[in-house]
Amino acid sequence: MRLRGTLLLLVAALIVASAWAQGGAAFDARLQALEKELRCLVCQNQTLADSSAGLAEDLRREVRTLALSGKTDAEIKAFLVARYGDFVLYEPPVKATTWVLWFGPFALLAGGAFVWAMILRKRRSPAGSAAPASDAEPRPDAMARARALLDDTPAPN
Amino acid sequence: MKSLRLLVPLAVFLVIVAFLLAGLTRDPREVPSPLVGAPAPAFSLVQLHDPAKRLGTADMRGEVWLLNVWASWCVSCRVEHPLLVQLAQAKVVPVVGLNYKDKNDEGKAWLAQHGNPYRVSVVDSDGRVGIDWGVYGVPETFVVDKRGIVRYKQIGPLTVEALEKKILPLVRDLQKS
Repeated sequence: MRLRGTLLLLVAALIVASAWAQGGAAFDARLQALEKELRCLVCQNQTLADSSAGLAEDLRREVRTLALSGKTDAEIKAFLVARYGDFVLYEPPVKATTWVLWFGPFALLAGGAFVWAMILRKRRSPAGSAAPASDAEPRPDAMARARALLDDTPAPN
Repeated sequence: MKSLRLLVPLAVFLVIVAFLLAGLTRDPREVPSPLVGAPAPAFSLVQLHDPAKRLGTADMRGEVWLLNVWASWCVSCRVEHPLLVQLAQAKVVPVVGLNYKDKNDEGKAWLAQHGNPYRVSVVDSDGRVGIDWGVYGVPETFVVDKRGIVRYKQIGPLTVEALEKKILPLVRDLQKS
């Protein structure tokens, strides 16, 4: 009887502990993901998650405190942006000043594709646009000049 | 028409060169602070030399003042320190020191050794107020106006140039208004 009670207690404790650990793990994973989107301002090419700088430690502690107090990821990011600017975000927000950053590469790609398409079209189209005089007789003066060039070409060396 | 088209790659190249040149003149370590133009984050902290007293942003209302973030462990603070001492002697503008993530004894010893230019230094031992002010590279110096609005932020050590060209003219302007 006593053994059964102890066992029951043990099982209950295990269930509670594992549930707590899972909650803790999910929470840690969330923090990890969040810290990967935030920049360490001291060592600018590292995320908060990767950096071991003193400030990064403080900011990780701050993020954890905020998360524990029930703030959402967006609220935590807003908290940091209000203090350090958009630069803390690894993914800059889309707004008027970042349009070039976000859409510039696509504009360049589209421009390149357009030029390429134009060149291809020109190449494929028969005679027409490329060489308007190609099937007509060559102009006499041009013929004469060509002949003169062919006749007395001095040896290049 | 044909020759114009040949100029297009050159034009593109020049645009890229212009961008890169502009990039070279900027310091990527200087992150523009969203605080400039915004109310100074409020704090009320224990004073370094008199732990029984506090000093806060509210106490500085009505005055133009500088907040200088310093620490005894901060190497470049030594570089700017003589300038701060001079500034204090000239009595142009009060400077409040934020002793950032420092040990009190070490902070006090440092000031005893190098001179104390601060009206008051307050203790931010865990760096919480530093975070509120967006501090990431000590030393940093903020100019706060009479209404408690941050007007300028200097990241890194103060220089004669920054003082004479930006900070002092701004301070004089703000003191007049």
